[in-house]
Amino acid sequence: MFDGPEPIYLQIARQIRAEILSGDLSEEEQVMSTTQYATTFRINPATAAKAFATLVDEGVLYKRRGVGMFVATGAREKLFAEHRDRYFAEVLRPALDQADLLGITPAEIVDHVLARDVAGSVRSAGPAATHPPTGETS
Amino acid sequence: MTAPTRPDPFGVELRDVTLSFGKDEKHPALDGLSLTVRPGTITGLLGRNGAGKTTALSLIAAMRRPDAGTVLVDGEDPFENAWTMAGTQLVRESGDTITSTKVKDSLGYYAELREHWDADLAARLVDLFEIDLRKTPESLSRGKRSALGAVIGLASRAPLTIFDEVYLGMDAPSRYAFYDALVEDYTEHPRTVVLSSHLIDEVERIFEDVVIVDRGRVLLAESVESVRGRGVSITGSAAVVEQFVDGHRVLARQRLGGTAQVTLFGALDDAQRAEATAAGLELGAVPLQDLFVHLTRGEQP
Repeated sequence: MFDGPEPIYLQIARQIRAEILSGDLSEEEQVMSTTQYATTFRINPATAAKAFATLVDEGVLYKRRGVGMFVATGAREKLFAEHRDRYFAEVLRPALDQADLLGITPAEIVDHVLARDVAGSVRSAGPAATHPPTGETS
Repeated sequence: MTAPTRPDPFGVELRDVTLSFGKDEKHPALDGLSLTVRPGTITGLLGRNGAGKTTALSLIAAMRRPDAGTVLVDGEDPFENAWTMAGTQLVRESGDTITSTKVKDSLGYYAELREHWDADLAARLVDLFEIDLRKTPESLSRGKRSALGAVIGLASRAPLTIFDEVYLGMDAPSRYAFYDALVEDYTEHPRTVVLSSHLIDEVERIFEDVVIVDRGRVLLAESVESVRGRGVSITGSAAVVEQFVDGHRVLARQRLGGTAQVTLFGALDDAQRAEATAAGLELGAVPLQDLFVHLTRGEQP
């Protein structure tokens, strides 16, 4: 766990975002505490706290004083939008650069994409379709 | 809320500290060493054998004075200083116990000495490490003696706790039990902890800051996150790799046929990363352990 090249706090933040995107963490659900993170993953609590602070700044988590960290309402929608925006720059762009390098033409890529769609690949239904907020607020 | 009084953690500062042992003034144990330990952090002190770690720690614990330079603990000279000595718990490999009487007596001694001693925690840890209270420390195995040192260090809850290679002799399950106990107790009772170790892989994630000492001087002192970002490994076709790393500080080079892996010192910015990826190079992290080995490999005497 958390063996990537990035700083550990960014890896923790990314993991929490991924759990929210996938619906494993619902909106208004409580996130593991700093102490739980530190002891479970044997990491410095400041590292976990930094990950939480990053996510609070992003509006993904919020703090309930004396209780802990919770997933913000609307966090999933927000993350979907952001990840969609970044998809082209961060995922597609390097792939297209690589295609240039290999001499793959845009037409070939378009053909491939269309063929894939025809074959009936699963499309993401978006945030609203699955895992509605559970609304177990206190 | 009625939290028990919690002592403010101590910070530590060493400035241009020099110390030679006896005759050997040409090779001082500490050669203008400067370092800062931020209060409330777990700071890792890393260095090869003879690098000066134990000597530096003994200055902080006021067991000796430097030939020159300044040592400050909680802003004060710690030597013969009742305040800083009462708040500083040094645990060395030996466990720092009274060897000739029962373990129970050592624990009783520290319970008296340390204002914030937690007897429940001590009892829990003694159980966890399966230390026989009726034995004398000198009749314990090396591993159990180290574990006893760990118990004393943790249960003291001192504003400054120093573990000087306390893990030596402990087997892997005991070491991990120690790390877990340290993280858990530190999280609940924040204080300053300095931990010197060779087993960098095992402890790097526990650290907030890292100080690397080499030949009596500080080579690197940073947050562990930025140290982790310091090294990057680049793998790909040798010619492309070599072209990319030109102008960077290269720590290590490996080649297998047409493929090269080069370890760089110095973070890459986003543009450089994108450039590397576009050129078909693979970027990887450099574990702190490897970075440490590369940085301290130098010309050893």
